Amino acid sequence: MWDKQKVLVIGSGPIVIGQAAEFDYSGTQACQALREAGCEVILMNSNPATIMTDPSTADHVYIEAMTLEKATAIIEQDRPSHLLATVGGQTALNLAMSLEEAGVLEQYGVELLGTSLETIRDGEDRERFKQKMIELAQPLPESQTIESLAELEEFMAVHGVPLVIRPAFTLGGTGGGIAVTKDEARLLAQNGLQASPISQCLVEVSIAGYKEVEYEVMRDSADTTIIVCNMENIDPVGVHTGDSVVFAPIQSISDRMNQQLRTEARKIVSHLGVIGGCNIQFAIHPTEERYFVIEVNPRVSRSSALASKATGYPIAKLATRLALGERLDDCINPVTKETMASFEPTMDYITAKVPCFPFDLFTGSNRTLGTQMKATGESMAMGKTLEEALQKAWRGAGVEQSPLYPTWMKTAESDELWKEVMAPTDRRLLAMLALLDRKETTVESLVEQTKVQALFVKVLQRLVDQQQKIDLTDESSLKQTKMMGFTDEQIALLTGVSAVEIEHLRKEKGILPVYHMIDTCAGEFKSATPYFYGNWSGQTEVTASTKKKVAVIGAGPIRIGQGIEFDYCSVHAVRALQASGYETIMINNNPETVSTDFEVADRLYVEPLTLEDVMHVLEAEDCQDVLVQFGGQTGIALASGLENAGYHLLGTTADVIDQMEDRERFYQFLDDIGIDRIPGQEVATHEQMTEVATTIGYPVMIRPSYVIGGKGMHIIHDQEQLETIVSELAFPVLVDAYLQGKEIEVDCITDGTTTYVPILMEQLERAGVHSGDSTMILPPVSLSATVQSEIERFAQMIGQRMDYKGAYNIQFVLHDDQVYVLEINPRASRTLPIVAKVTGQPILQWAVQAAVGQAVALPTEQTQLDFHAVKTPVFSTLKLQGVDPKTGPVMRSTGETLQWTTDGLALERFIFDETTKRHLTTRDIIVAGADTEAFGTSVALDETIDWAQCAIFYSHVIEEKASREAALAAGVQVLTEPELAHYHLQAIEKSPYAVKPLHTWTEPIKEEVK
Amino acid sequence: MKQSGKLTLANGTTFTGSWQGTAPVKGEVVFFTGMTGYQEVLTDPSYQGQILVFTYPLIGQYGIQAEASESSQIQVAGVIVQTLAEDGEGTSLASWLSEANVPILSGVDTRSLVHLLRTEGDQFGDMVQVDMSVTASIDTAYIASVSTTSNVEYVPEVEQGHIVCIDYGVKQSMIDALLERHMRVTVVPYDTTPERIQALAPDGLLFSNGPGDPTQLDPFLSGIHELATSYPTLGICMGHQVLAHAFGCTLLKQHHGHRGANHPVRHLASGQVFMTSQNHGYAVDVKSIEASEMELAYEHINDGSVEGLIHPALPIMTVQFHPEASPGPTEAMVVFDQFVNSVLHQEVAYVG
Repeated sequence: MWDKQKVLVIGSGPIVIGQAAEFDYSGTQACQALREAGCEVILMNSNPATIMTDPSTADHVYIEAMTLEKATAIIEQDRPSHLLATVGGQTALNLAMSLEEAGVLEQYGVELLGTSLETIRDGEDRERFKQKMIELAQPLPESQTIESLAELEEFMAVHGVPLVIRPAFTLGGTGGGIAVTKDEARLLAQNGLQASPISQCLVEVSIAGYKEVEYEVMRDSADTTIIVCNMENIDPVGVHTGDSVVFAPIQSISDRMNQQLRTEARKIVSHLGVIGGCNIQFAIHPTEERYFVIEVNPRVSRSSALASKATGYPIAKLATRLALGERLDDCINPVTKETMASFEPTMDYITAKVPCFPFDLFTGSNRTLGTQMKATGESMAMGKTLEEALQKAWRGAGVEQSPLYPTWMKTAESDELWKEVMAPTDRRLLAMLALLDRKETTVESLVEQTKVQALFVKVLQRLVDQQQKIDLTDESSLKQTKMMGFTDEQIALLTGVSAVEIEHLRKEKGILPVYHMIDTCAGEFKSATPYFYGNWSGQTEVTASTKKKVAVIGAGPIRIGQGIEFDYCSVHAVRALQASGYETIMINNNPETVSTDFEVADRLYVEPLTLEDVMHVLEAEDCQDVLVQFGGQTGIALASGLENAGYHLLGTTADVIDQMEDRERFYQFLDDIGIDRIPGQEVATHEQMTEVATTIGYPVMIRPSYVIGGKGMHIIHDQEQLETIVSELAFPVLVDAYLQGKEIEVDCITDGTTTYVPILMEQLERAGVHSGDSTMILPPVSLSATVQSEIERFAQMIGQRMDYKGAYNIQFVLHDDQVYVLEINPRASRTLPIVAKVTGQPILQWAVQAAVGQAVALPTEQTQLDFHAVKTPVFSTLKLQGVDPKTGPVMRSTGETLQWTTDGLALERFIFDETTKRHLTTRDIIVAGADTEAFGTSVALDETIDWAQCAIFYSHVIEEKASREAALAAGVQVLTEPELAHYHLQAIEKSPYAVKPLHTWTEPIKEEVK
Repeated sequence: MKQSGKLTLANGTTFTGSWQGTAPVKGEVVFFTGMTGYQEVLTDPSYQGQILVFTYPLIGQYGIQAEASESSQIQVAGVIVQTLAEDGEGTSLASWLSEANVPILSGVDTRSLVHLLRTEGDQFGDMVQVDMSVTASIDTAYIASVSTTSNVEYVPEVEQGHIVCIDYGVKQSMIDALLERHMRVTVVPYDTTPERIQALAPDGLLFSNGPGDPTQLDPFLSGIHELATSYPTLGICMGHQVLAHAFGCTLLKQHHGHRGANHPVRHLASGQVFMTSQNHGYAVDVKSIEASEMELAYEHINDGSVEGLIHPALPIMTVQFHPEASPGPTEAMVVFDQFVNSVLHQEVAYVG
């Protein structure tokens, strides 16, 4: 019945904090399910780094700005019969609601699949939600809308404090917060009433300190309703669930409470009329059997991605089938392949999720966690004990464990640690470990102070205690320690014996990791899904095959500087290897991604991406060949360790990676092949740094030898400024000349003999702005033919002379008509997916074939395009208090969009969604900060500026950080580079581009290649 | 220092672990797949005499709460877990089991054990401390051991009817479900004669759940048939099996039983699917229904096994699953509503 039906799927747009790779996973699964049902899929998503926008995912891919106009144009052009809007996060829901409100769906007869917009509004709109919950007699925290302080007093007289105060209609909840005392409440309310454009606040009784749990619910049109998974946050209510460490299933809740919430969840979902997936959050009183409903999300979400990966049950795929009208009892459980999807998964392991935060990139950022999410990504791990799952997830998130918590916590003042605990910050649990280890507190005291369940604090205490209990002569002690998630490395630190010796000792005693299948049913049925996690209990269920095979190292949690692009690359690496006849083994621990969908690789391992954990998998799989260069810096970081252990890296060696990373060796390489580079030198001391900086001449760039996301990079204009950063530096550091010029990037492929340079990318902003944060135009619009061919020549030379096969990335700077090489990354880069999509060529496939040593028929000429694509960085700075929106060498954007243009000028650089459109089309004031004469004419910045009336803020000087933050909070676009300001003035004169599917841009090129 | 113990299965396989207990036990080794509800399960009389393996690796995290028990004592013969968690507030699971002299084997490779039971079937096993000798034999008259020995009456605040519950090992939450529906409940011994039951003047009968082989009740079949045709009747689990048997169905032993909280069941008349709590090792042979007096009303989604029967003309309904939940999903509670409704209106038959 669905054969040949056209379905429009809306994606979630650029990655921002709170809306990350989980929607690539859900969107991709939805597209697959729709196509399996026979539908023709039209996809709209502005994010070019996703698998979802790959031409292989949908029939018509539109990489277009997420605005109502563009969506309308797509509908007008392709005439979909149906719309699926519940797999693209809040962005897709909002766009669907706009389409409906504008009458577009009705005009073109587009029917919404699955959960209705009315139901969605019931979940989204606080007032409607309250009404629905009242109809069901569901308990909600007491709340009231107030318009005066007198009303606040009345509310407090009845309900007391603590209270949550939320001003109405302010962006990102500005001005709200939790008030513990009545005076705090008065102050917050006063500010909130002022901040609110309609002088209105919602006052709610605070339930901070309650346990927070989530239920992932599925419902079909026949009202069959199941709970796929429940989860419990370690942090009580008050910390956003996306920022909390989470266990699945629930841990501290009795069956009675669990069944009550399960029943209520089913009632709510049924009453709302959800068809598909739904997430419900509850707060449970810490000691009594009482609860509140916190929130209902009638769509797939970050939590549903986690629940899918934690249990094996593919929620998004089945939710899509339910939206098509299928029933749960018609769908086969894709994991067991012999039971049905109408059941509730049961686990015989524990899953832990640990969030990853960007705070380390930005000194001075506020690490306090609250109701506004700050995490950029997450790490997932399974174990047989809470300790094991938690420790695996911690190390998978890159948390320093020396051996349990970061080194600085050993000597930190007690007060410092308590601050982390009580704020709380992202380091709360680690500080609790430190305090317990230092015997400066007790389990009871921590429970009392933090309201974290005793069950979880006891886990921390057991980890601390285990440190002293390790007896290397006792087999059971060693085994017990491994079962609590300690690595050989941690045991080595604790016993003073080397990790290698621990490994030998362990193997002598026959203590080896085992791999268990994630089967959705705790072993009750035979399962056919090669999806595994490691632990130290029982028998392994993995038998290595005799096929030729390659392990692909994924990119791990999403961080600023290492985003969804690398998942795109990993997935394509798997596909290319499969096409070349290899068995693929995917190792990754990011639950949000497509790569951790068990249908992608032949075998999937959710394990931390540390050398030890990865090697265990390689041993179990008897796999010698490893592909490290598609998982960003994560894979690269493992290269030398893997090679030392005797594994074979495909296409690369640890030595080449070192040659490109070690600045001294890198400069030698460039000098040897005769390519100009920037003057620079590694220095070991403060004195030497000052000396070299003077010799090279200011401005200079100071950076660590090894960099990710521009972390630790500084542009220094004089010696005085140099002195201000000395305390932050860890010598040796590099001192490079900072050349103010134009930055150009290329992604190339080499098979050792032929090097292909598909396209050049021109960075709009001056060099020094991190390329990840820059506007990029490809192919370039302002470079002379001479410069372009010089760049290509350099890229070719590097490809010929570097002992490397596969994809690599070069960054150049053009200064006074001279081209210099800034950096070579011998791995797939952030821009590779964009290059693949813009050129329409199988770039990833070629790169993988080259890496495994196959002959690749690479083109020898650059791709000629009759258009220019423009990549726009998208920032989440608003959500990171204390982080300056001014761009610089440290990357701060979280996502990106792409626009196709004829001349490189795109209005969509500034108007890429409904919010940016609203602000830029209804406001026209441009405000200028100090020293922005070069930007353009505008109103001078002063204290009377009403940001709510402003569209653009030019700001350049360090001192205006507070104004930039205020402007951003009011929806003003902050432009901190003159080039971007000029571009804006030109682009704003243009109209939005007409929508055009991906393949119509690239088809003419493909013809040529053939 | 912890003692070592082991489980030796009938097929000779052994599993080792840490032992807590005083005496060896023998029992049928079965596994439960629910992730919460250990206390309810351990006190469920249907588990009488069995050695229970939990598939979830942490058992005991939220301790023991007096009100969560399904009967006045721990019913299982022994407990096998991966990790015995002792983090709960108040009474710990370990001490609660220890006080009742129920042995625990912890640190066991439960996943391998489950795989073995899944492939080779539920079987008897001996659970012992390493230096103990095994129990020679066991008494399999489980129902007699768990059934009440005299009539016990439960009175609701408002009484609208009277149910006699024939006790094969009834769970407290079944009685509670009826009390909540304003039924007075008289729990009577499993071998009470039809005459004595009639003398209690019931408005309806509940044939309860219970442990072990349903053929234990073969001597009572004709009396059961007589009673069920005289009053609105509900049979649950053992009650379902014995009624089915009395009305002409044959019973079979399952390869490995259904024990968990995630069993999907379809109500044939409405097509409705819902999750149920289950605990049984025997089942009604689906092939025998056609020649019987009963009709199929509910089936298991995964293996198509019989989950419930109705009588075409009389108000008799039987369910294999546990509508009272505890532990597990509560959506099947509607079965009690239907039953009480038929008791109140003395309807002729259940609507499919």
